[in-house]
Amino acid sequence: MSTHIFNTCSTFNALWLERIQGALQGERFVKMTVGVSRNLFIPFVAIAIFLAMWGAAASKIETSLGTLPGPAKVWEQTAQLYKEHQVSQEKEVAFYQRQEQRNAERLKHDPDYEPKIRPYTGAPTFFDQIGTSLLTVATGFLLASLIAIPIGIVCGMSATLYQALNPLIQIFKPVSPLAWLPLVTIVVSAVYVSDDPLFAKSFVTSAITVTLCCLWPTIINTTVGVSSVDKDLLNVSRVLRLGWFTKTVKIILPSATPMMFTGLRLSLSIGWMVLIAAEMLAQNPGLGKFVWDEFQNGSSDSLARIMVAVLVIGLIGFLLDRGMLLLQRRVTWDRNAVLR
Amino acid sequence: MAVGRLFLWLENEGQMMKKRTNDQGSGFLRKTGLAVLAAGILLGGSTVLNSAIAKEYPEKEELKFGFIKLTDMAPLAIAYEKGYFEDEGLYVTLEAQANWKVLLDRVIDGELDGAHMLAGQPLGATIGFGTQAHIITAFSMDLNGNAITVSNKIWDEMKPFVPKDKDGKPVHPIKADALKPVVDKYKKEGKPFKMGMVFPVSTHNYELRYWLAAGGIHPGFYAPAKGDTSGTLKADALLSVTPPPQMPATMEAGTIYGYCVGEPWNQQAVFKGIGVPVITDYEIWKNNPEKVFGVSKEWADKYPITHKAVVKALIRAAKWLDENNNANRPEAVKILAKPQYVGADYEVIANSMTGTFEYEKGDKREVPDFNVFFRYNATYPFYSDAVWYLTQMRRWGQVAEQKPDSWYMDIAKKVYRPDIYSEAASELIAEGKMSAGEFPDFAKEDGFRAPQTHFIDGITYDGHKPNDYLKNFDIGLKGKEKI
Repeated sequence: MSTHIFNTCSTFNALWLERIQGALQGERFVKMTVGVSRNLFIPFVAIAIFLAMWGAAASKIETSLGTLPGPAKVWEQTAQLYKEHQVSQEKEVAFYQRQEQRNAERLKHDPDYEPKIRPYTGAPTFFDQIGTSLLTVATGFLLASLIAIPIGIVCGMSATLYQALNPLIQIFKPVSPLAWLPLVTIVVSAVYVSDDPLFAKSFVTSAITVTLCCLWPTIINTTVGVSSVDKDLLNVSRVLRLGWFTKTVKIILPSATPMMFTGLRLSLSIGWMVLIAAEMLAQNPGLGKFVWDEFQNGSSDSLARIMVAVLVIGLIGFLLDRGMLLLQRRVTWDRNAVLR
Repeated sequence: MAVGRLFLWLENEGQMMKKRTNDQGSGFLRKTGLAVLAAGILLGGSTVLNSAIAKEYPEKEELKFGFIKLTDMAPLAIAYEKGYFEDEGLYVTLEAQANWKVLLDRVIDGELDGAHMLAGQPLGATIGFGTQAHIITAFSMDLNGNAITVSNKIWDEMKPFVPKDKDGKPVHPIKADALKPVVDKYKKEGKPFKMGMVFPVSTHNYELRYWLAAGGIHPGFYAPAKGDTSGTLKADALLSVTPPPQMPATMEAGTIYGYCVGEPWNQQAVFKGIGVPVITDYEIWKNNPEKVFGVSKEWADKYPITHKAVVKALIRAAKWLDENNNANRPEAVKILAKPQYVGADYEVIANSMTGTFEYEKGDKREVPDFNVFFRYNATYPFYSDAVWYLTQMRRWGQVAEQKPDSWYMDIAKKVYRPDIYSEAASELIAEGKMSAGEFPDFAKEDGFRAPQTHFIDGITYDGHKPNDYLKNFDIGLKGKEKI
């Protein structure tokens, strides 16, 4: 098992899968069964207790919008949101059909007209907002990584540069996204001017805000990772007379990868949190806006819908983190490293 | 793994969305192109007739309009949902805005093509109170639709001073006279009496001030020349700005004791059990003009045909809303209750939109004209309405110095554009979608309503004589007075 380059079990961090595998191979069957039930059963029980407590507590809390919704009501709204999404998709199809018709009609009267298909004008649904948020966070995060990793590497390799940049990094690191947002908004509206913009201004604003908050953990961790490369390895590179580039690619980067990824994971989860807050404050499309809109609507379903959003935000945050972990396992050379 | 599958599914969802926006045209074109062509050939015979009239097409087809979550944005939602915008060849996106200032700023900087605005906003912007910009309006969105709500605590304190009928129910309209002892008590105890309104140049601000002043409570002056734009100089009641949808929550938190706002945020207070609406603006000034559809002058000059097309669609929507004695209102409420529009519960919106109004919990009364969208020429932009708002701006010091009557007229003509309205209406009449009887007689209309008498303090308003009108008020600036 240890010789496999790609190991399903450890790649997915699924201890229980390993246990099942073990059980099937007949190794210590009883112990395995206990292990499986512990790994499956305990989280299951914990979640069940949580749901029960939530349900019980929620019905006790009276708000001006009715009682706090319990799990059943939240599930109901999840279904409702999905239904709304489907209805909206049907409307979208009808919208394009009408548009085709209108264009054809106009072409007859006005032969010079160049038919154009305009995007659907309906309001974005919950699922559209999820898509927007994911796209925004991905853009912001990639942009941040592209900037932060090279900076981190040079800072790690050169003590002078590190000393130069460190104060700046330390000052900007703790700045809240909400402080950046007004600045970014105003700068983007002033600088990003074009008649036919590729991206909406709101998208650019949110993405840049995410970038600004994502930079720091990656820079710091990459710096630490690069500067703490094993001296023996560096000595080996000196003995072999490796060039600067080869040394970086073959020795420094691989050994710095775990730290780098720790930074990236921190960055991504910060980025996701920042994005929701930014969308809420700036009224930019996305999940944050969805939450804010529902808060403003104040209908009897609003609380349940906000909770759906909260759970989805949490779930996506979790999945993003797992995704990064998965990636980290794929690129890390040290198979024995314990990653969680 | 369920979680894994969900992630995949989310990814697919994202890709699908991307795909949809990428090739939403081409695939469709190929598929439906033939069908459309066939339909076109079949329809060909009948459309030849129409083509005899040279048709103008809008210069800008993709438009984005802003609105605030209030029931009086209904004409926009209806024009969208009923396809009136599309009938005019317009592809409109409607977008809720955070507050009136953001909305106005976005119209000025061109992010929005037009918006649902407070009647005072185009006027205020044009005379330069607040943000300076030339905004015009060719369509008045509705009459009435606001109310003043006080918190339960204040209501309990003022109720003993409210006249009752023989059943012990409060006699409406309730005047601010009943609130005065409460305000005086707060003043004596040194506690500021705080109320909310939605914007310094909003109808609500002027209505609340009108009501308070009619009951002898001074709502405070503005002094822009001295840099005072909070409007609380010499005030008995301190008014401050809160965005409409946040009114109930702000009052619940105890930051304000009452507010003046549009629907559904007064009925929301009743449903939440946190406050009692005391008076509707219908009772303060019967059939007062409320919201308008505002665009920047620059935009209107650049896209005249588009502007006319928008007004046409909105006139049809307004007509639909009032048709057959409000028969369409329940359907309208259903549309407005969608989360992307007003989003409050059906019952809350329906309460006022279908001709009733609930004051104290359980005290539901008939107010058939609480929301008027089309009747009484509600959509026509009367100069006299503009002048009334200007008189109130003068009364409370937003216009710092005395202005001649001609100034009021000039500004009204600069901002209110019945000429565009009548062009749009004439086209609708020519197309057979409306009849001439539904509009004022454009040839004779001078833009002034006959002197209006239905104010809570009984003062008559004649739009031709703004300076004389101002002399009638005990509280408020008049003549050469300055702050």
